[in-house]
Amino acid sequence: MVNLIWVMMALIGIVFAAANGTMEEVNKAVFESAKEAVTISIGMISILVFWLGLMAIAEQAGLLHKVARLFMPLVRRLFPEVPPGHPALGYIVSNMVANMFGLGNAATPMGIKAMGQLKQLNGGGDEASRSMVTFLAINTSSITLIPATVISIRMTYGSASPGEIIGTTVVASTISTIGAVLIDRYYYWKRTRKGRKP
Amino acid sequence: MAIVQLLSVWLIPGLIAFILLYGTAKKVPTYEAFVEGGKEGIEIAFSLIPYLVGMLVSVAIFRASGALEALMEVIKPLVEAIGLPAEVVPLAAIRTISGTAALGMTTDLIATYGPDSFIGRLASTIQGSTETTLYVLTVYFGAVGVKKMGDALKVGILADILSFIVSFFIVLFVFGR
Repeated sequence: MVNLIWVMMALIGIVFAAANGTMEEVNKAVFESAKEAVTISIGMISILVFWLGLMAIAEQAGLLHKVARLFMPLVRRLFPEVPPGHPALGYIVSNMVANMFGLGNAATPMGIKAMGQLKQLNGGGDEASRSMVTFLAINTSSITLIPATVISIRMTYGSASPGEIIGTTVVASTISTIGAVLIDRYYYWKRTRKGRKP
Repeated sequence: MAIVQLLSVWLIPGLIAFILLYGTAKKVPTYEAFVEGGKEGIEIAFSLIPYLVGMLVSVAIFRASGALEALMEVIKPLVEAIGLPAEVVPLAAIRTISGTAALGMTTDLIATYGPDSFIGRLASTIQGSTETTLYVLTVYFGAVGVKKMGDALKVGILADILSFIVSFFIVLFVFGR
């Protein structure tokens, strides 16, 4: 499916540009976006090194384990395939907590680390496991407590109450996260019913 | 608001201090652990490059050609039929694909219609309550080298659609039109 979407976006774009006379814009966009992608990746080095370094301390001190245990009842239900006490759970919980507080740049390194651990648990193959799909579902709909960027935009444009959308955002993102987990469960159920590898 | 701002300023330094204190108390060789753990970050960032270049170029072609806008025009009547304001549709559609484009659009909607209008509040809620699914997928799977995504993309896109619909009803319910 990813292959299809990826190819379709590019092909439809090029055909559309031919019909619409926007080929020049496409040309520019190709190289600008490639450059942007490298800039983003390289730019991530700083936060990745910093947070993964800090989390290594937290892991060795047993802090991650403690944090994971705090949320154990919830996390164990969400990720039944991960053995209790596995370090992946600590990173998963840290990622969720960081996301909740709007610490996007801390959440990403922890999420990547959690993914790496889940991959190891899955035997190191290049296929997404059940837990990985669940983890992504939770991350793409991420529970937000403080949408800082949006609040600052609202302030800039003179809102009478920039923070008034915190409530609606929290409710919307909580419901959609629960929904995402249910959708994920539904697809898992469909996979197992078909008798495919879960 | 003052409390929220204060909290967001204190959060990260507080967390750093806490982890360092805790590590020291547990006799972890803090500096060495930091350096060892941090090394991994460099590798991850580099292995991410091809995934991100591939995805962002494809999205950029789609956007720059005008195909995305055309797609929006097709979706518009369908969404208007359900009762969603047409102005927010492009934002909902692009939120899944491109984070920077969505942020630009949110800013534009807030600037045009005012932050305290129905559209302004709805755009704010949509922007804040969901992540850029395609980007999250690319980064998380790319960083650890997972190529076969399984149902992840489907689940992510459906969750996004759900999130827009929920946002619409919550904003309607809380603030009214």
